[in-house]
Amino acid sequence: MDQVIEWIRQPWPWYVAGPLIGLTVPALLLLGNKSFGISSSLRHICAACMPAKIPFFEYNWKKEMWNLVFVFGIFLGGVLATLWLSNPDSIVVAESTQEDLRVLGITDFSKLMPSELFHWGNLFTLKGLFFFVIGGFMVGFGTRYAGGCTSGHAIMGISNLQWPSLVATIFFMLGGFAMTHIFLPVIMGWIGI
Amino acid sequence: MKVKEINKTKNQQSGLDSPVNCEAPNMQQVPETPVQLLKYLIVGVLFGIVFVKAEIISWFRIQEMFRLQSFFMYGVIGSAILVGIVSIQLIKRFNIKSMDGEPIKIADKEFRKGQVVGGFIFGLGWALTGACPGPIFAQIGSGFTVVGVTLLSAIFGTWVYGKFAHKLPN
Repeated sequence: MDQVIEWIRQPWPWYVAGPLIGLTVPALLLLGNKSFGISSSLRHICAACMPAKIPFFEYNWKKEMWNLVFVFGIFLGGVLATLWLSNPDSIVVAESTQEDLRVLGITDFSKLMPSELFHWGNLFTLKGLFFFVIGGFMVGFGTRYAGGCTSGHAIMGISNLQWPSLVATIFFMLGGFAMTHIFLPVIMGWIGI
Repeated sequence: MKVKEINKTKNQQSGLDSPVNCEAPNMQQVPETPVQLLKYLIVGVLFGIVFVKAEIISWFRIQEMFRLQSFFMYGVIGSAILVGIVSIQLIKRFNIKSMDGEPIKIADKEFRKGQVVGGFIFGLGWALTGACPGPIFAQIGSGFTVVGVTLLSAIFGTWVYGKFAHKLPN
């Protein structure tokens, strides 16, 4: 039993995590005819809390309650995994990535998120403005404009052989490459670490 | 075409008839009680555990991916899609029904300009925050509570899209 716990505590390889994530697709379909998609939850939150008579939010969000329960589960899963199953060792980040990020001023590679950026003290600074506020806004605005995110398009859409989802996924990746290689160095220069 | 028409009438009946319908609509005919909704909580919890245990919620994993310096995230997304394709093909081929005996329905995705423009904007935000909408919730759960601000901002971004949706090219 201890060995099993020990094995679970290690970081899981991609060939375990990927198929498990893929299995979410048939699991949701078989459990209740639900299509896998997470960014919709943000829309349901808007529809539930501040619809403001906007037609885009005037729909029966209660019918989509399962989606909100699902994302609350993801939050709980994060809590449980961190409390009881967490890996005692530091995350292993590729050497080449560490080198690139050191140039940008990121030097702490011990946690899942870089501590230089992701802490409350940064909230009212330029770091907070870019990494939480503007970044978060682009995630919310972009996914809704695209009609889905990595789960709804890249995994559910492509799994159902939908070519618009492939197009969306290609542009997710292009946006990420552009931010990483073109804009991030500029932003890091502005905010200075 | 036939399926689309059926969907349209069904959406109208269920009050889902907004200008842009929900992208991943609940296709189940019979409403579920709060207790029945618990099964989605369990799937969510398992999903969140996988996110944390495979370190998919890590900002560094996303950076490795966009710098092409690790195969990890490509392996995760690729194998997830492969399992998804096989599962959906099996469901369609053998006409497998849902637990309540309903035929499985999956809405088609229609091409819109938003998948290009919005997709690119999401990509920019993804590389900055290290989070897609799923991992955001797991990041908060693993103690990076400041990501709650990212989530609020993402909800606000969604709201702004909804407000101006009719003015954007689609």
